[in-house]
Amino acid sequence: MTKSTNTLHIIYATLVLLILWQSIAFIVQKPILPTPVRVLATFIRDLPRDLGRHTLVSLYRVAASIALAIALATPAGLVLGQSVRLNRIFAPFVYLLFPIPKVVLVPIVLLFLGVGDFPKIIIITMILLFQILVLVRDAAAAIRPELLLSVRSLGAGRRALFRFVYLPASVPAILTAVRQSIGTAVAVLYIAELFATRYGLGYYIYYQGSTLFDYPKMYAGIVAMSLLGLGLYFGVDVLEQRLCGWARVDGRQ
Amino acid sequence: MFDLRDVTFAYPGQPPVFERFSWRGKRGEVWAVLGPSGCGKSTLLMLLAGLLHPQAGAVVIDGERIVRPRPRTGLILQEYGLLPWATVQDNVRLGLRIRRFYGPDGRHVPRDERLDPTEAQARVDHWLARLGIADVAAKYPGQISGGQRQRAAIARTLVLDPDLVLMDEPFSALDAPTRESLQALTLSLCEEASVTVVLVTHNIEEAAFVGQKVLLLERPPNQKTNVLENIHIAHAEYRLSAAYQSVCSMLRIQIGER
Repeated sequence: MTKSTNTLHIIYATLVLLILWQSIAFIVQKPILPTPVRVLATFIRDLPRDLGRHTLVSLYRVAASIALAIALATPAGLVLGQSVRLNRIFAPFVYLLFPIPKVVLVPIVLLFLGVGDFPKIIIITMILLFQILVLVRDAAAAIRPELLLSVRSLGAGRRALFRFVYLPASVPAILTAVRQSIGTAVAVLYIAELFATRYGLGYYIYYQGSTLFDYPKMYAGIVAMSLLGLGLYFGVDVLEQRLCGWARVDGRQ
Repeated sequence: MFDLRDVTFAYPGQPPVFERFSWRGKRGEVWAVLGPSGCGKSTLLMLLAGLLHPQAGAVVIDGERIVRPRPRTGLILQEYGLLPWATVQDNVRLGLRIRRFYGPDGRHVPRDERLDPTEAQARVDHWLARLGIADVAAKYPGQISGGQRQRAAIARTLVLDPDLVLMDEPFSALDAPTRESLQALTLSLCEEASVTVVLVTHNIEEAAFVGQKVLLLERPPNQKTNVLENIHIAHAEYRLSAAYQSVCSMLRIQIGER
């Protein structure tokens, strides 16, 4: 959220989109496109019931994936960013694997890891992993040698350098990476939840729409999934503003 | 205070920068190291700081052979030494935080270091005020001027109560008035705390103004220790005196001869 898109503008845009939806639904007049009023009523009615539970399951899967991706990719990125030699070995692999759409691996991962939350978490982790790895690596590589020398001269050894230089330097990279890939992550979550599960919003949306033909419920699931993505995006955005205020004021160093 | 004994140093795959080079300085002296770029000035400073290690000979400070950065040595670099994500105040506090992080282990932190947080804050505030940057304490390095950044770097070093301060071209990126006032301030602060100073510069006027003694370096390999004694009065008026002018021209001739 930059300064040009403040809260008022967002409310305004939301209203415009809702009115647009209402008008189209009014013109189309078909059960496959219920009005936003009806969908919101269903959403509010069902959220304390099954919809809420499915949302929590989906939220848990994304959050666990983000945490796992950060835990794996940050140290790897920091190591590659510090070592020119290691980076020379691993950069081609990253280069090859990064652009592969991880969603095509969903069936493979499910075959190998089976049912349950773990394979779904792994798939989303793979999406975030490379993005975080690349940005953290570049952030670590961009740390000026003068900075490292002068912090070492203050008495910092390896551990203190990590704590006071490398870790804070990688926070903006991590947040940017998560913010950039959160949309893809939620999209792939939907795909992953179509298979081998009876929980999660992906399952809920598909089941309500294609099996039960309960369209207002299906739309309520879509709204929940959109809000999930939006909430995560806003959350990261707020964190970024809180923690990385210096990056925007900083033009010279 | 510091003693380089027959130091030989070369970067990998290159001819030596120093060859059996010896140099010593006494406690409380203010040294300027002068020479053209590529003469090994910064290398010399890194050797003293314990950030580079000689292939032969020894660097001894206070009777102790230097194999890693020494807690009581402060290092001030030209630029980029401040953490861009930390405020001026947090940058000045950084050394104290690192000391708390390790505790007085004698390796990263002096063994006699005993600092409670209130005292640490008082020391930070004291040096922010002495360097005239108390009013920008909450700003980030990217928001302040080059002179203020250099003041923050000096405060960060002095807050650790060093007995030896090494400076690598600390003022060369600054405009003339800022440079001159900061030179005078730094000298008087170091004198107050009876700190030994080694300042590396390529600027003849700066060497003549700052250095009680001037070490002249030439093209590598450096073997001889060429020292010029300066009458040295670290006051603003010194710059106007005939003595200062003659030291400048002497340095100029010495450098020109090479």
